[in-house]
Amino acid sequence: MKELLRRYGLTLTISFIVIVAFWLLVLVILPYIYLFEASFRLYLPIDQVNGPNDVYTLSNYSTFFVTPIHRWVFLLTIVYSSAVAAISFVVAYPLAYYLSKVATNKIVPTLFLIIMIPLWVSEILRSFAWFIILSLKGPLNFALVGLGIIEEPIRWISGFQSVIIGLVYTYVLFMLFPLYNAIQSLDTNQIEAAGDLGAPWWKIHWRVILPHAKPGIASGSVMVFMLSAGSILVPSLLGSTNSRWFTEIIQQWMFESQDWNTGSAYAFLLLLLCTGFVSLVMRLFRVSLSDIAR
Amino acid sequence: MISKTSRIILNVYVAAFLIYLLAPLIIMGGAAFNDSRFPSVYPWVGWTDRWFLDLFRDTRMWNAFKNTILVALAVVAISVPIGTAAAILVNSLQGRVRTVLYGMMVAPILTPGAVIGISTLLFWHHFSVPSGLHLSTLGQCSYISAFVMLLVLARLQSFDRGLEEAALDLGASYSQVLRRILLPHLYPAIGAGAAIAFFQSIENFNTTLFTRGPYDTLTVYVFSRVRSGITPTINALALIMIAVTLLAAISYEIYRRRHEKVLLARGRGNPDSD
Amino acid sequence: MSATVELDRVSADFGSFRAVDKVSVTIGAGEFFSFLGPSGCGKTTILRMVSGFIAPSEGHIRIGGEDMDGIRPNKRPTVLIFQNLALFPLMPVWENVSFSLEMRGVDKAARRARAEELLKIVDLPGAGNKMISQLSGGQKQRVAIARALAVEPKVMLLDEPLSALDLKLRQHMRAELRAIQKRTNVTFIYITHDQGEALAMSDRVAVMSQGRLQQVAKPEDIYNNPSNGFVASFVGENNVFDGRIIASQTTTARFETDLGVFEAAFNTPPSSDQKLRLYVRPEYARLVSTAPEASNAIAVTISDISFEGNFINIHATTDQGRVLTVETRNDGSSDIPETGSRRYFTFDAQRARILADETQAAHS
Repeated sequence: MKELLRRYGLTLTISFIVIVAFWLLVLVILPYIYLFEASFRLYLPIDQVNGPNDVYTLSNYSTFFVTPIHRWVFLLTIVYSSAVAAISFVVAYPLAYYLSKVATNKIVPTLFLIIMIPLWVSEILRSFAWFIILSLKGPLNFALVGLGIIEEPIRWISGFQSVIIGLVYTYVLFMLFPLYNAIQSLDTNQIEAAGDLGAPWWKIHWRVILPHAKPGIASGSVMVFMLSAGSILVPSLLGSTNSRWFTEIIQQWMFESQDWNTGSAYAFLLLLLCTGFVSLVMRLFRVSLSDIAR
Repeated sequence: MISKTSRIILNVYVAAFLIYLLAPLIIMGGAAFNDSRFPSVYPWVGWTDRWFLDLFRDTRMWNAFKNTILVALAVVAISVPIGTAAAILVNSLQGRVRTVLYGMMVAPILTPGAVIGISTLLFWHHFSVPSGLHLSTLGQCSYISAFVMLLVLARLQSFDRGLEEAALDLGASYSQVLRRILLPHLYPAIGAGAAIAFFQSIENFNTTLFTRGPYDTLTVYVFSRVRSGITPTINALALIMIAVTLLAAISYEIYRRRHEKVLLARGRGNPDSD
Repeated sequence: MSATVELDRVSADFGSFRAVDKVSVTIGAGEFFSFLGPSGCGKTTILRMVSGFIAPSEGHIRIGGEDMDGIRPNKRPTVLIFQNLALFPLMPVWENVSFSLEMRGVDKAARRARAEELLKIVDLPGAGNKMISQLSGGQKQRVAIARALAVEPKVMLLDEPLSALDLKLRQHMRAELRAIQKRTNVTFIYITHDQGEALAMSDRVAVMSQGRLQQVAKPEDIYNNPSNGFVASFVGENNVFDGRIIASQTTTARFETDLGVFEAAFNTPPSSDQKLRLYVRPEYARLVSTAPEASNAIAVTISDISFEGNFINIHATTDQGRVLTVETRNDGSSDIPETGSRRYFTFDAQRARILADETQAAHS
């Protein structure tokens, strides 16, 4: 504070503080508080708002706990989002290793440019692309039938498989970049020294590279899990009736039932889930918030 | 250090990964030219431009397009100053205050977009502000500002604070120090922040969905078109969006590389000896 | 264009740590004045207080007789040259030099012209359009000085600006700085831990230790008449002997050590709790073959001779095993003993000093 005043004087310091306070209070903290408050109130007809029935209650949350299907969907969302994070890690790790330790310096910027392309294309178009590929009359089935690998077209968009395929495709880059950054910072001499000391390749990865990549794994897992659990587009485009996602239930409350109070209770549960996941990963990997959000 | 076989395996893997990343986009783009009711490249029915013509005749699309650009510009205008001020503020703090403030600033990045959307909606509803694109803008700013903050903060780490003191000592006022010394150093990060804010805003769906009220943005438009029976017009739109963003990304990259070369050449410039 | 700088019982505290302790000194207008001391002695803090980046916890700073209390750095008639120079990397040389004029709203043509004038003063004509990254170390120094001169300061504060240069260039820049100071007649306050720099450039030197002034004097007095043990040992080399005074006259005293009793100059009135030491500079000591009649002789064996170019360092070991150093000029006139030969280590009483131990001899 004193430091700021000394560097930027009173007027500028106050302007900085006012701008940041507007952001954190008006755009972040107060909306969260209102969400939290609304989740304890009942959805009432307009003439009863602020009336005797407008009391604080836990009933929105008990709705969640007494509706088995909601609890089940919540659980499945956790399980499958974790699975997406795990699959993304498996898929991205060899590439991150390649980019940081194998590829020559000349080719890396170009490779990155290519890899970044899907990131510039919006999430909805990326899921739409897989919607086309996986649909019953889509190119994948045509190709497989044409090649004689399968006889009948397969209904790909069914259950959670297509949702997972879509989520991995959409979010794998959020795993790749933190992993790349983490492995990049490892001194190549350490890898060579381990090899020199007789470690087989898998042991080098297990004992040297993976431990060093911990902050990257943590960061990537948090991002992929959070984005997957909070995804609306992928489950609605690539899901089917037997693969419901927790965000779809929130949408139902908000749009179909118009019950914003129960909707906010469910949204708060989602927020709690993500916060819980972040702190779990931070504890598990012993990393700080500044390692994760970069 | 790495054996020939494993290098080959890795190369094959990388190639497969690149195909995996790009093939869906190519298939989607290609389908825009296929004269088939269902968007697909296989089987190829015939070459057509009618999906583009259909798209250009769609007034709802044009409206959504206009809204998207407006929101994106507003998001840039709001989140860039916020993110920059926040980075300068955090950078001048130490210890516990810094940790807490930093945590609050990055929290929106780790919050699902739906939660941001719903909380923004509820907050402003409390003050009888109806939903609409203004709320979408504010909702998006709440987390996009954090991206800008992180970019500017990273750039601030390389700033020599002695320069501010030197400028003050040479008679500059505080605002002159900011304008002439600090901001010029931050411009690359601020520019990158503005670009990221713009594209993040265009892409945004989750936050917008809950706050938009009756208005469409491009992502919402595409979403509703996909749900209400798809035609390759969406592919036409997708192809255009991909082409535009790619052009922007590539020209930025070319500019960046050229700029880097100029800086490098300047840095190497022959310092004559005394 | 110069002003006096007066420090009146100035102190600086950082938490419970006292970095500067009641420093009082008056620096004359147009003087080249150096603060000399090891790192952490408080000299940089003094500089930052004079320039206005830190406020003193106690005391007053007056520049040209005017109290600087509460006046911001940009309103003081001082300008600071930073240790790393703090040149603005994104501006060409001429914008750097004329930065202070730009801040005052001077128009561009006038700024360019003034920048060119100033660059001539520092011997860099025509360098205005270069970028900072294109300059060599010495050129950067000159740009920093030109930028500081543009302010038309009454006092220029320099924070070890030569420390990043290599030895040759550093010696060259010493003469250059001195010349610029004489030409512009601005009061220079120079901070350094390098005694050579301080002695070579300054009109007067203040030696500091642990936040306190130890001695303020002309360079030759600092060297020849150090006021206490700290000054003696920080500036130049010494043979040091522990001991106690057994008899004293007005300007000399007899000093008993475990190597014998010596006579040496002594002017500080002895106080019972002060630890005293005898200091003999290597260049004031001699090696002779026969024991001199007077006292001040120690029998030694020559143990090592190291040739340094313009002078020769001879190490001699006493019978008790102490190693003493004698420095001889390499001018062919002195006889250089062989290693292993026996000699007597001797010195004039007037050239050796009995001084109080540094830690208790603080300036009050």
